[in-house]
Amino acid sequence: MDKDNLIINLTDISFSYPEGAPLLNNLSMQFYKGDRVGLIGPNGGGKTTLFHIIMGLLKPYSGKIEIFGKPVREEKDFRSVRQRIGLLFQDSDDQLFSPTVLEDVAFGPLNLGKSVDEAKVIARKNLDSLGLSGFEDRITYKLSGGEKRMVSLATVLAMEPEILLLDEPSAGLDENTRASLIKVLTGLDLSYILISHEMEFLDSTTTSVYIMKDGKVFMNGDRQIHRHYHIHPHSALPHRHESGFGKKYTDFLA
Amino acid sequence: MMIEESFVNGNSLIHRLNPVLKIGFAIIYSFVVAVSSKFPSLFAALFIALFLVILARLNPRKAAVRLAAVNGIIILFWFFLPFTFQGEALFHIGPFAVTRPGVIFAAGITLKANAILIAFIALVATMRVTTLGHALNSMLIPEKLVQFFLLTYRYLFVIQTEYQKLTRAVKVRGFRPGTNLHTYRTYAYLAGMLFVRASVRGERVYQAMLCRGFKGKFYSLHEYSISKADITCAVFMTAAIVILVVLEWTKII
Ligand SMILES: Nc1ncnc2c1ncn2[C@@H]1O[C@H](COP(=O)(O)OP(=O)(O)O)[C@@H](O)[C@H]1O
Ligand SMILES: [Mg+2]
Repeated sequence: MDKDNLIINLTDISFSYPEGAPLLNNLSMQFYKGDRVGLIGPNGGGKTTLFHIIMGLLKPYSGKIEIFGKPVREEKDFRSVRQRIGLLFQDSDDQLFSPTVLEDVAFGPLNLGKSVDEAKVIARKNLDSLGLSGFEDRITYKLSGGEKRMVSLATVLAMEPEILLLDEPSAGLDENTRASLIKVLTGLDLSYILISHEMEFLDSTTTSVYIMKDGKVFMNGDRQIHRHYHIHPHSALPHRHESGFGKKYTDFLA
Repeated sequence: MMIEESFVNGNSLIHRLNPVLKIGFAIIYSFVVAVSSKFPSLFAALFIALFLVILARLNPRKAAVRLAAVNGIIILFWFFLPFTFQGEALFHIGPFAVTRPGVIFAAGITLKANAILIAFIALVATMRVTTLGHALNSMLIPEKLVQFFLLTYRYLFVIQTEYQKLTRAVKVRGFRPGTNLHTYRTYAYLAGMLFVRASVRGERVYQAMLCRGFKGKFYSLHEYSISKADITCAVFMTAAIVILVVLEWTKII
């Protein structure tokens, strides 16, 4: 694929938590502008860890990270990355820390040097576009799970990022919130990688799928893969497929 | 609920006052009362504090509950202070002399503590902690302190939720507290888990802040306007302080 549009380029990344077994094992992954990728893989497979490595929150012990065509190594390099890549945390309670919704959404823009008035305008605009108008003065810790998730998304979008890393955004949402999340994501003019276990959700929000297994990312997936995966959800046992698409990839899922 | 903001909901004059004014007065008032020692000024201070509570139209029962907690500690002072001072004996209990300076000192402490506490209930407990944080922000209190304060407050609720989750987890498995080793061990595990979860949480929140461009500085969205009521109250509050100072440090009375 074209090199200009290569946004995230990971080469031979290895990582383990202190006193943990190797989690990422010579992982390589490329992500291109315009991509909408679903990332699937077993629980504890290291998907969240991978996102945190891309954001520079965790340091791999070997490997190369290139983002927007530049190698990133130190905290200083990652600082500019974080303005262009927005991470939605798996647990919204990690993301929301300000007392009120408006303050939390305005937090990012203020850090980017916007004035108080500009930050408020940006925050309101983002809340409105997510169907959260009227939430400005709500207390963040008193929101429901689904509301917290949507407000978290607003805090990320308020940074006006070019790429989103969405860590299980659909987990634990009710039907309505899930539907509006799908509407928001498909309406955005952004590239993203999205972790999810829900095949229907992936189907309506992404155009290809990466599979994470054994500390590696396999990127050959296309739309058919997750259709396929959908037919065999939670498949823990090795299984074969004699006909149809995706035969090759089922081995990864086994 | 472990954490409640029982006095914040109200629409009294006190509730509507500019938070900076309330905090400013509470600080100066506490300082003056803390260094005062004469009874006329201490009684005047107590009167001012009670007047503020009346203005704030607080639920007297709830306010009394809070006072009771502090006075529980003060009662302890009464058990030894009257006996440990040298001076004119008022009367004897067994071999111990209850001295006049001892009683005066204990009474002074009781008055001071209650006056300051009542004033804080009326002035500070009537604003949301977040408002308090922002007001401190605009009063040039060091950013780090305000930040620490607001985050601690936010995470009190998360810790509370974690605590509820943990206690639920042990309850659904049939745990009944008793006076036995099993109970103590379970409580020790609970406390340990709570601590671990809270610190892991703190780490992740910091990471989330970094992801949104945090560079160590907090910004406040709030600016408070100054109303007519604020100005009037500021005048009365200044007068109250002057009265306290005069009662304490001049020889009019
Ligand atoms: N802070 C940490 N310290 C040690 N081990 C961790 C930490 N965070 C995650 N792990 C472990 O690393 C593995 C991968 O976790 P994670 O990246 O969250 O997986 P996923 O998001 O794919 O479910 C898990 O086994 C988890 O227990
Ligand atoms: Mg995860």
